[in-house]
Amino acid sequence: MSANQNPQGPSGDLTPHDSEHGALVQADRFPDPGVHEHKPRLTDTDPRSAKRNERLIALLFVISALGTIASLWAYFAVRPDGTTEGVRLSTIALGVTMAISLFGIGIAAVQWAKTLMSNREYTEERHSSASSAEVREAVAVQFKEGAEDAGIARRPVLLGSVGLALALFPLTIAVPLVSSVGGDWNVSKFRHTIWGKGVRLAYDPSGRLIRAADLTIGSVAHVIPDVPAEERESHHWITEKAKAVVLLVRLDPRDLKRDHREGASHDGIVAYSKICTHVGCPVALYEQQTHHLLCPCHQSTFDIADGAKVVFGPAKRPLPQLPITVDDEGYLVAEDDFNEPIGPSYWERLK
Amino acid sequence: MSTTTPTAAEPTTPVGKAADYLDQRTKVGVLTKQLVRKVFPDHWSFMLGEIALFSFVVLLISGVFLTMFFEPSMALVHYENEHPASMQGQLMSVAFASTLDMSFEVRGGLLMRQIHHWSALVFMAGIVVHMMRVFFTGAFRKPRELNWLVGTMLMILGLLAGFSGYSLPDDVLSGNGLRIADGVIKSIPIIGSYTSYFVFGGEFPGEHIIPRLFTVHILLIPALLLALIGVHLFLMVLNKHTQYPGSGRTDKNVVGYPAVPVFATKMAGNFFIIFGVLALMGGTMAINNVWNYGPYDPSPVGAGAQPDWYMLFLEGSLRLMPGQTEIVIAGYTLSLNVLVPAVIIPGLLFTFLFVYPFIEAKVTGDKREHHVLDRPRNVPTRTGLGVAFLTAFIILALAGSNDLIATHFDMSINAITWAFRILFFVGPWFAFWITKRICLGLQRKDRELVLHGHETGRIVRFANGEYIEVHRPLDEHERWLRVNYEAHAPLEIEPATDARGVRRRGYKADRRWQRLSRFFFEDRVEPVTPSELEAAHSHGEHDELEPSHGSPELVSGSRSVEQEH
Ligand code: FES
Repeated sequence: MSANQNPQGPSGDLTPHDSEHGALVQADRFPDPGVHEHKPRLTDTDPRSAKRNERLIALLFVISALGTIASLWAYFAVRPDGTTEGVRLSTIALGVTMAISLFGIGIAAVQWAKTLMSNREYTEERHSSASSAEVREAVAVQFKEGAEDAGIARRPVLLGSVGLALALFPLTIAVPLVSSVGGDWNVSKFRHTIWGKGVRLAYDPSGRLIRAADLTIGSVAHVIPDVPAEERESHHWITEKAKAVVLLVRLDPRDLKRDHREGASHDGIVAYSKICTHVGCPVALYEQQTHHLLCPCHQSTFDIADGAKVVFGPAKRPLPQLPITVDDEGYLVAEDDFNEPIGPSYWERLK
Repeated sequence: MSTTTPTAAEPTTPVGKAADYLDQRTKVGVLTKQLVRKVFPDHWSFMLGEIALFSFVVLLISGVFLTMFFEPSMALVHYENEHPASMQGQLMSVAFASTLDMSFEVRGGLLMRQIHHWSALVFMAGIVVHMMRVFFTGAFRKPRELNWLVGTMLMILGLLAGFSGYSLPDDVLSGNGLRIADGVIKSIPIIGSYTSYFVFGGEFPGEHIIPRLFTVHILLIPALLLALIGVHLFLMVLNKHTQYPGSGRTDKNVVGYPAVPVFATKMAGNFFIIFGVLALMGGTMAINNVWNYGPYDPSPVGAGAQPDWYMLFLEGSLRLMPGQTEIVIAGYTLSLNVLVPAVIIPGLLFTFLFVYPFIEAKVTGDKREHHVLDRPRNVPTRTGLGVAFLTAFIILALAGSNDLIATHFDMSINAITWAFRILFFVGPWFAFWITKRICLGLQRKDRELVLHGHETGRIVRFANGEYIEVHRPLDEHERWLRVNYEAHAPLEIEPATDARGVRRRGYKADRRWQRLSRFFFEDRVEPVTPSELEAAHSHGEHDELEPSHGSPELVSGSRSVEQEH
């Protein structure tokens, strides 16, 4: 019986056990009663039950086949007309029939294994996961012989030079890759956007220009720089837009406590970068009563009336402010680019 | 003129001939001899890993379908197709357009997309639940520590596979996800900006990211996953599967069903059932209808948007960190408000997973092989740590939905965030404490059952007027289940100085390990021994009313003699 017990260490049968009471307790263990006796199932003893299960399993396989046929029927008969509902209907029909075809096979197989295949448990011996001492010995000898054959120990120059060659050769791939994989590697682009002196503000996405007089107090506008329409169809534009989007709010000038950038607002109209200073989501939820701007990603909250300072959440810095004014025709224009990088912080941001 | 090997009889059946042909060239017989009747233990929880494995197979099948129609290009086009109407004429990337196209124009395309997405969610869930099973039953112990590492790497690769695939359609939602990833990358000290350029081929979003993610998603990660799954299964077969404790199950044997036919049939059946479930989900449950979000545009963002569930903990972690922690050192910005939640906390969580088996091996001082699983209650500290880990993970994931919780329960988001901030520190600690208590309680209950048997509800009155309830002793199988475990004692270490009073090197490190070992095993409940049982019985029937005094139920402190394993 003891062969079945978990080994208790070599300390023999007296193991000091309870130091607090100073008592020695016999390290006695209960014996392993051994594997449960095999109990035959109903299908083992009753041929009628076995037959019933056989029929059931066969039926399940047939259901699967029918499912496949139904799926083909669904493919040809339930033609989506292109509308969302049509596509949805075809998807349901194909998915459900496919599921029937799969379930039929799966359930039949499991039922077969559970009821008709032998449920006699087998016991197999395990062997140590390690190889035997002899094998290890032999392998060590083999390696030693190999090393001797190669003569590595006698030829240190070779060892050094092979190391050199192997260490250097990846450069032939890495250098061309690394030099191009990051584009021009000019990370100072983070500092600039296409805003600049005289660039007009336009509504996103229509590109319509914004007249200061059209903005009522409390109104909010999503703003992009005014660029020719063709330019807005290029990739370059998406990357620039990702930095240049601005949120424009007109406050009652009496509510405006402070600009983030001295003199950047115009008559209660403030324009702040829409890119969150946390990790860069577009900040989009504006609450009129509190003048709070909320980033939906991680809920950083900025107070637009108070220099867009952070009042809650994981962002630290206020949103950068775009200095604006009106031109002769009454349109809002930028006076300058942002004076700090927009969006999330990075190591050399202040350098 | 016989051309067969001298030992083999000439095969006559077609199968025999084919086998003979193959074997003469590959010696495949040796391999199959080991496998065909190999014994596999059976338990429902051993199927959890199969869920992960088979959803991966479904991912491969549906994924191949999708690659036939997906075009990983960021070139801009105006959408020409008639459906969906809302997208007509819109400017979008080819990637997004081809996603719409395969949903609306390719019959069964939407089904495959949805099956693929659901399979990814189930794949990750399968991995996590399987890991929980392995952790709580101690299946990671020697000789399976390496396979635990392989499994943890598979989980991380699964996360990357999910994220890279989620981003491919180039819709608003996934684009914002990528932008968050970019923000996190930029927060890395010194190399952050350059790493961002490395990933995006320039500034975010640029025009390279979708093709790059495509290669990562359909080549690099699947190749690594396949290779590691191969290693994972190979080691599983090599080490033979673990088994739950029970009569006749020891560390020297494996009790179960042979691979052919029972185990293989059940496994094949499970594959079809899991595939069936995924097909049903893909057919009936809409997921990631990208035409509702629209193509990527850096300006809009949807409120209440949720990442896939396995990314929620990162999202929550980012949400909980207060912003004040962004600091400037000598003019350089260190964004701890991003670095800590998005890099350091996940790093710590994964590190815990990677190192835990080795720490436990060290504090038990146990160098033996283990093939019989632990009942979670019998290792209270491990179970407590596991539950604490899960609690931290769940709190972070819930924090990732704090806006939904806020709108749903009409609460202030600030209050919820604060509650989660506190919970993140208190919750795991409390979960550990209570789980450990529960485990110790269950162990004591086991002892009581072994010593006094099951209550029968039958009341007997003695001649002296005393009432007792009759207890039915346990049968030997149940008793074995409840006593067959080992309560590790804290490590004993050699004294600080040797016999001649010379300070021993390494004593300090030993002390630290001993302290950790005490944390693990200070409180423990020893299994009942036959002599205790006998003592309990010899006290007479009366004793069955209350536990016997002086039995070493809860042992504190160390054994006075070192265990010599
Ligand atoms: S990106 Fe705005 S709060 Fe995180």
